Amino acid sequence: MSEVRALSGRPVGELTLEAVRQGEIGLEDLRIHPQTLERQAAIAEQHANLQLAENLRRAAELTRLGDEEVLAIYAALRPGRATPAELTALADSLAGRGLPRCAALVAEAAEVYARRGLSA
Amino acid sequence: MTAEDIKAGGRPASETAGGRPAGAAAGGRPVGETAGGRPVGRVRFMDAQRVNLDGFAVADAELGLVAMRSPYDPEPGLVIRDGRVTEMDGVPEERFDSLDAYIARHGIDLTVAEEAMSLPDVEFARRLVSPDVPRSEIVRLSAGATPAKLARVLALLRPPELCQAMTKMRARRTPSNQAHVTNRLDDPLLLAADSATAAAFGFREVETTVPVLADAPSNAVACLIGAAVGAQGVLIQCSVEEALELELGMRGLTSYAETISLYGTEQVFTDGDDTPWSKAFLTSAYASRGMKMRVSSGAGAEVLMAGAERKSMLFLESRCVALARAIGAQGVQNGGIDGASVAASVPSGLRELMSENLMVMMRNLESCSGNDALMSESDMRRTSRTLPIVLAGSDFMFSGFGSIQRYDNMFGPSNFNAEDIDDFLAMQRDWGVDGGLRTVPEDRIAELRREAAQLCRAVYQHLGLADFTEDHVARAVDAAGSKDLGETDTLAVVAAAQAIRDGGITVVDVVAALDETGYESVAERILAMTAERLAGDYLQTSAIFDEQLRVLSLVTDPNDYAGPGTGFEPGPRRQAEIDAIRQARGVADLRAEQAAAAVPLLAVAGPAGPGREAAPGQDPREVVIGVSPAVGRDVWRCLSGLSVPEVLTELLAGLEEEGCTGRVVRFNDTVDLGRIGLAAARLAGSGIGIGLQGKGTALIHRRDLAPLANLELYSVAPAVTRELYRLLGANAARHAKGGTPDPARNPYTDEAIEARYHTTVISLMALERAWVKPDAPAEELSLEGLR
Repeated sequence: MSEVRALSGRPVGELTLEAVRQGEIGLEDLRIHPQTLERQAAIAEQHANLQLAENLRRAAELTRLGDEEVLAIYAALRPGRATPAELTALADSLAGRGLPRCAALVAEAAEVYARRGLSA
Repeated sequence: MTAEDIKAGGRPASETAGGRPAGAAAGGRPVGETAGGRPVGRVRFMDAQRVNLDGFAVADAELGLVAMRSPYDPEPGLVIRDGRVTEMDGVPEERFDSLDAYIARHGIDLTVAEEAMSLPDVEFARRLVSPDVPRSEIVRLSAGATPAKLARVLALLRPPELCQAMTKMRARRTPSNQAHVTNRLDDPLLLAADSATAAAFGFREVETTVPVLADAPSNAVACLIGAAVGAQGVLIQCSVEEALELELGMRGLTSYAETISLYGTEQVFTDGDDTPWSKAFLTSAYASRGMKMRVSSGAGAEVLMAGAERKSMLFLESRCVALARAIGAQGVQNGGIDGASVAASVPSGLRELMSENLMVMMRNLESCSGNDALMSESDMRRTSRTLPIVLAGSDFMFSGFGSIQRYDNMFGPSNFNAEDIDDFLAMQRDWGVDGGLRTVPEDRIAELRREAAQLCRAVYQHLGLADFTEDHVARAVDAAGSKDLGETDTLAVVAAAQAIRDGGITVVDVVAALDETGYESVAERILAMTAERLAGDYLQTSAIFDEQLRVLSLVTDPNDYAGPGTGFEPGPRRQAEIDAIRQARGVADLRAEQAAAAVPLLAVAGPAGPGREAAPGQDPREVVIGVSPAVGRDVWRCLSGLSVPEVLTELLAGLEEEGCTGRVVRFNDTVDLGRIGLAAARLAGSGIGIGLQGKGTALIHRRDLAPLANLELYSVAPAVTRELYRLLGANAARHAKGGTPDPARNPYTDEAIEARYHTTVISLMALERAWVKPDAPAEELSLEGLR
């Protein structure tokens, strides 16, 4: 297993009090790395939980998005917020930016929401 | 509160009874009232007991007020065509609601579905209970079972079978516990002190929340600091609305979330302003920021929203748990939660609550097993609700044990609270099970609380958040709850919280502040935990950190129970921790207590008689008080708290009041009070003796009686008073004079007097026994200082 790194790329081993004193540690040094999530997904798969694995892989994709965008997508998925077309467009946008699993989740929501009256 | 207090407190039983559906249904009369009017005293007395403050509902499937099975629950079923679920639990695909749709697409393992669904319910249930069928096999089968199928299987289990299955199915081998740490004022210093206390008691998660939403960031920081002072590796949660909760997590101030609610019907789910897809996305959002997360569900939520669609609580919860697995959550907080008392109001409600937790384990998820809402005013009912889960063991026995007092619990009182910590520690010890808690020495509690409050004050000051006084620290350290803090500046808390939020304070700022104010070791602790979280191991099912920062989870610490001799057992150190509650006493403790009460009295005045033969006195008004071997040596204080010389003084005074004289003789050949009393009577000129054991048990004897007979006996030593000993002396004198006095009565108490004193009695008798020499002569003791 290679050394665990933060989202910033800084090895976790460098997260020391000395580094804090030097003011070197930023928010990106506290964020989990997508490769870490991928590795945990593989472990979850080996322990009979494919859905947890899928969640962690979606999470790996989401490390690439900023907090505000993550919260905006969540808001769009709440009932009655977005039209089916808006959800489909969101799915396409996510797919185009290399977040296929998140895109699939949103696309599926678009389909079911339309049938169940959960879209705007 | 006693039954009398309830009446005096303005909540007469008839008032509460009038609100009881069962009573109202029986002809509109309050429970217990007869057609003739006022119920008889026996019924009035029963009505006044605390359990009758609880609400009990007639099961009503139309309202969803039914625990295990409703006639409207669907038959389990699954149709798969071309690798796709086309019908589930009687509903065809085109009529799937959003929950069905999500579960059907993501929640069922189609490779095992046919096998699981065709397995007869009883056979499934037997495998679930049998120690010979491994957990992994049940996990495999359950993955292919629909919600209706699992509900049917669980409804077959009787309570001991639920315990057995839970023992096997829990994901993590080592059980643990979670604490609520909150207070009415969101006072940071008290939160820090209470978090440190909770961590020291052994809780591995601390969950806080706020009465004032804006205070949330301050609560998170205070609990983070306090818990780190108490123990390494405690996970922190601040339960508030999602966006803020996520923000606190992203800044490293909190490390898990669990109030992501799921509901069992589409209507209620939508009323909760979410869908399975929004929740699935949120689940990923938490993981993407490295936060552990579990969802929340539980019986009663749908009923309370009038949206149960006539289904049983167990079936609706089975849908929630299937959905939790489908969206990829690592765990579920269920077992009633806010609706626990709804489930508890119907028949078999507690069975349903425990079945919910077991169902989570079967779906291979972490169980945070409820017990976090006070479900009864009755101590017996709330203990009955929680005990089976503690015996079986869960990933978290409580999804919030109220580590603070009931009034400070801003989630509402938990089923167990600070009031119950000693009870819980005793329960662990009684059953020899690990409920996750341990005893903390009282000086250690004081030390940790002081350190936590001081550090919190220092960090707030250093970061320019607030200036708390040294006096405030002192009050927080000593406070048993926020009512002990006196007036505090709550606006300062809001301002501090605002400053944390606006200033973008992160865990690194907290670490730096601790370091710069001279608390390097705690700074290191928080930093180490922050780094460990980046490895992601704690995102796995049932993960906690132990105090060495090792992750214990389904992956690293899998439950391997397969019957007696397997699975989790507390190691010797942990067992010793469980056993050593602070109230436990040994002979050495008691010897020290008795030695502290020793006084220079009761010296040996001489032999009680010439040679080994006791010489009877000649005075017909002489009564001998015979005492046990350790009196005047190791035993100085009776169970009542009176000293032995005080008791002897009263006995002698009673004799003198009636014109008799007494002498005190120590018998060294027996601890038996009957024999001591009889031997004393035989030495007495009157033929009447008093026997007194050091623990305070006393009797009057007469020389011609059999050893086990006596004239009067005080058998309840802890309750005997000075006045009663004086009366015993006076009565002995009356016997000596040939009278027939009205016997002194044993004082009566309905307290658990034996529970309180038996261990002391055993130790006292051991001290007495150590002085026994079969051939040793009796000795006369000095009366000096006894008059």
